[in-house]
Amino acid sequence: MIPVLSVRGLKVSIRTDEGRAEILDDIGLTLERGRILGVVGESGCGKSTLIRSIMGILPRAATVDGGEVWFEGENLLAFSEAELNDGVRSSRIGFIPQDPLLALNPVFKVGTQMLEIMRWHAPPDGLRGAARQRAHVGRLVGLLKRMQVPDPETALERYPHQFSGGQRQRLLIAAALACAPGLVIADEPTTALDVTTQHQILLLLRELVAEFGISLLFVTHDFGVVAELCDDLCVIYAGQTVEAGPVQAILDAPSHPYTRALLACHPDRATTFLGIPGSVPSPLARPPGCLFAPRCGDARALCLAARPPQGQARSGAEVRCVQFT
Amino acid sequence: MSPIFRKLARDLPAMLGLAIVVFVLLIAIFGPLLAPYPEDAAASHLARRLKPPSAAFPFGTDNLGRDIFSRVILGARGALSIALTVVSTAMLIGVPLGLIAGYRGGWLSEGIMRVTDVVLAIPQLILALALAQLMSPSLESAMLALSLTYWPYFTRIVYAETRRLSSSLFVDALRGIGAGSGRIVFLHILPNALSPVIVRATIGLGFTILVAAVLGFLGMGATPPAPDWGLAIAESRTYLPRAWWYATFPGLAILITVMGFNLLGDGLRDIVDPRIRRSR
Amino acid sequence: MLRFVLRRCMLVLPSLFGLLVVTFLLIRVVPSDPAMAMAGDAATPEQIERLRQQYGLDRPIWEQFVSYVGKVATLDLGESAFSRRAVAVDIAQRLPATLTLTFCALAISVFVGVPLGVVAGLSHNTWPDYLLRVFSVMGIAVAAFWFAIMLQLFFSMELGWLPLRGELSATIQRPPRITGFVVADAAIAGRFDVVADALRHLVLPALTLSLGGLATIVRFTRAGVLDTLQQDFVFYERAMGYRRRRLVWIYVLRNSVTATVTQIGLLFGGLIAGGVVVEAIFDWPGIGSYTVQAILTGDRQVMLAVTLLIGVVYAGVNILTDLAHGLLDPRLMERG
Repeated sequence: MIPVLSVRGLKVSIRTDEGRAEILDDIGLTLERGRILGVVGESGCGKSTLIRSIMGILPRAATVDGGEVWFEGENLLAFSEAELNDGVRSSRIGFIPQDPLLALNPVFKVGTQMLEIMRWHAPPDGLRGAARQRAHVGRLVGLLKRMQVPDPETALERYPHQFSGGQRQRLLIAAALACAPGLVIADEPTTALDVTTQHQILLLLRELVAEFGISLLFVTHDFGVVAELCDDLCVIYAGQTVEAGPVQAILDAPSHPYTRALLACHPDRATTFLGIPGSVPSPLARPPGCLFAPRCGDARALCLAARPPQGQARSGAEVRCVQFT
Repeated sequence: MSPIFRKLARDLPAMLGLAIVVFVLLIAIFGPLLAPYPEDAAASHLARRLKPPSAAFPFGTDNLGRDIFSRVILGARGALSIALTVVSTAMLIGVPLGLIAGYRGGWLSEGIMRVTDVVLAIPQLILALALAQLMSPSLESAMLALSLTYWPYFTRIVYAETRRLSSSLFVDALRGIGAGSGRIVFLHILPNALSPVIVRATIGLGFTILVAAVLGFLGMGATPPAPDWGLAIAESRTYLPRAWWYATFPGLAILITVMGFNLLGDGLRDIVDPRIRRSR
Repeated sequence: MLRFVLRRCMLVLPSLFGLLVVTFLLIRVVPSDPAMAMAGDAATPEQIERLRQQYGLDRPIWEQFVSYVGKVATLDLGESAFSRRAVAVDIAQRLPATLTLTFCALAISVFVGVPLGVVAGLSHNTWPDYLLRVFSVMGIAVAAFWFAIMLQLFFSMELGWLPLRGELSATIQRPPRITGFVVADAAIAGRFDVVADALRHLVLPALTLSLGGLATIVRFTRAGVLDTLQQDFVFYERAMGYRRRRLVWIYVLRNSVTATVTQIGLLFGGLIAGGVVVEAIFDWPGIGSYTVQAILTGDRQVMLAVTLLIGVVYAGVNILTDLAHGLLDPRLMERG
């Protein structure tokens, strides 16, 4: 069974005023069908760029320098913009954005925006014109009911600012599922919400994955969320995948020094306020060796000299560290 | 001072504007020395009337045989002096009114702002024309009319800044240590309100040159034989299409000068107001 | 929405009242003896005295003001010293020509300017953008009267493509007056040659008048589009596969034109002022040339009636602009 999504060796750089910045430097991840993969990393590690690369909406100044993005057996990087826009976005890959307030266009009704998506990407049902519109509205109302958005019938007639944060996020989840995609990418959808609402949304997402048979790529910076929701985990540091594998295995026995340090900092486990000493290397000037070495407690001379290859830990996770090769 | 200049230096259109303004300023100051035929401000040479552009007369000659190139150069002086007089008079009226209205509040403030609204309710040209006509049509009354119609722009800006600063913490602190109102307003509030005023003044200079040119064209401003740009264009109409150079060059002079002030004003505004993200 | 409009009207009234006061003072107070000013230089003392009584100038000033306001309310704007007709009648006759010109110029500015602004915003920092930026800077630096003359020189005198001046060719007979608008009246009368002639006469004046507005609208639409493109919802709409054309021309545009609408409202001031100059140059029989004629002949009543008219129009435009803003952005309507 081929994975739904498989990213191999992805390299992306962006042209800035100060020179060429390497945002992604050999990213790899695998999402199996029907599972939830959590992608974890600090701010600035390249999570957003990763999502943009998969969906093909990189800024003009960015270029893909290498790697492949295999989606259901096809390399998305080889698709043209027209192919991506017509055949992939929304219809095969759904998207849940980070900030529900900013993601919706403030001057158009919510219904107008969601119907716009369905108009071009909804699975063909043989209907045309007004009948098709009615069918779409019906499907949306049904989805909104499932998301427990209050008053689903009138909700479509309202404007984004008339909903609360949690409700807006539910609208966006409904929009992501509206055209029955097989893969849904969620970009930190709970970051802008309060803890209780966050918990509800995570529960909802887990139910939906099972119910609709989708695969979910969930990007976050919060291990707690990952522990609650995800089946598999991928840890990113400075544009590289440093550890990947089943969630429980990694949380029980983290292998890569960065993973261990991150977990140690998590409020649930930390006993002090100390973070990880040092700072993330600038994308403009990448050190030749392991990117984490300058901050790593286990570093040896070998680490600073050359990039560590992929290895396998006892937990079954893939780890990019000399200790596991 | 110098960080502002460095920022301005990176803005190419603004530097172009600055170059044009300095250029025009120099021409205005050194006009009589630069013009090949400075006596053509008044003298006429009918023998060489309406000659097309040539080496001797780069912009051609007008209906009285005067060198248009020289007259355009000399006209710069008139244009700039009108603009500077009008804008500085408008500032002298508008800025203090704005300070008072913004700092004092109460019926005086309301009154001043209502008057401002009324004056701004009419396009400047119409009001200036009406006023200039009520007084006797001449250059002085035109300048007075223009000043009397431009001051509200300054009042509005200064009012907004003064209101904003009056309720700020540092003014409270100043009051707390017993500083008098006059001191607060002139030494502390005014310098902060100055930047948008300077931006508005720069753009106002360009705008005034345009409006003054219109007044000159309509015969409400400069009178012959003055080398006024607007007047020259008005005079040229009877001799078109044959003497195309007569109308073209004074108009280009207006275009370039006003463009210079606008570009410079835009550049200054980008520096002064970085919070309003000007998508350049 | 009605509340919104009513509230705006209320806010405008003090300015209009102030305008009435100002025009009244200008007509009565500025010249030391208005009766003498109205009578002219050659009048005898008896004629002046008769005028004084006729215009009620011997009454106390506040009583004069009240009667003035009353007259204005009933659209009695005095008599033109030049045409010897009621100013209100003159204005009514000339208004259609000015309206035609103004709305043509406005249409050009908006329907050419907005798309150009969008194109400039989308091609940020490439040559179409640079070209349009240069254009928008030059467009407001050009002296309208000079531009008019240059256009006349080139298209009329040199090439002979377009007529030099006027609303209709001198040889053509005006169609019977039904609406007052030449193009409409000619169409109603079935005289399509007259329609064509009128439209040809409209080209140069409308182009001249539209230039400043065109430049401004391109500039502000461009800025609005650039701002909007930075917003998160544009990224989201792209991620959800919105079609590019619809994304830009429906969803981005709506958000970008707030500043443009403000500018369109402010543009009216420029159109009115510019109209004076353009009508004078092209001999366009509208309110602008009426104003210039009044200036040259010292016709005080006309000057002040026109000033008052313009103030009212300007106020009305401001209200409409606010309304348009409210319709574009529903959040504003709620705040009232």
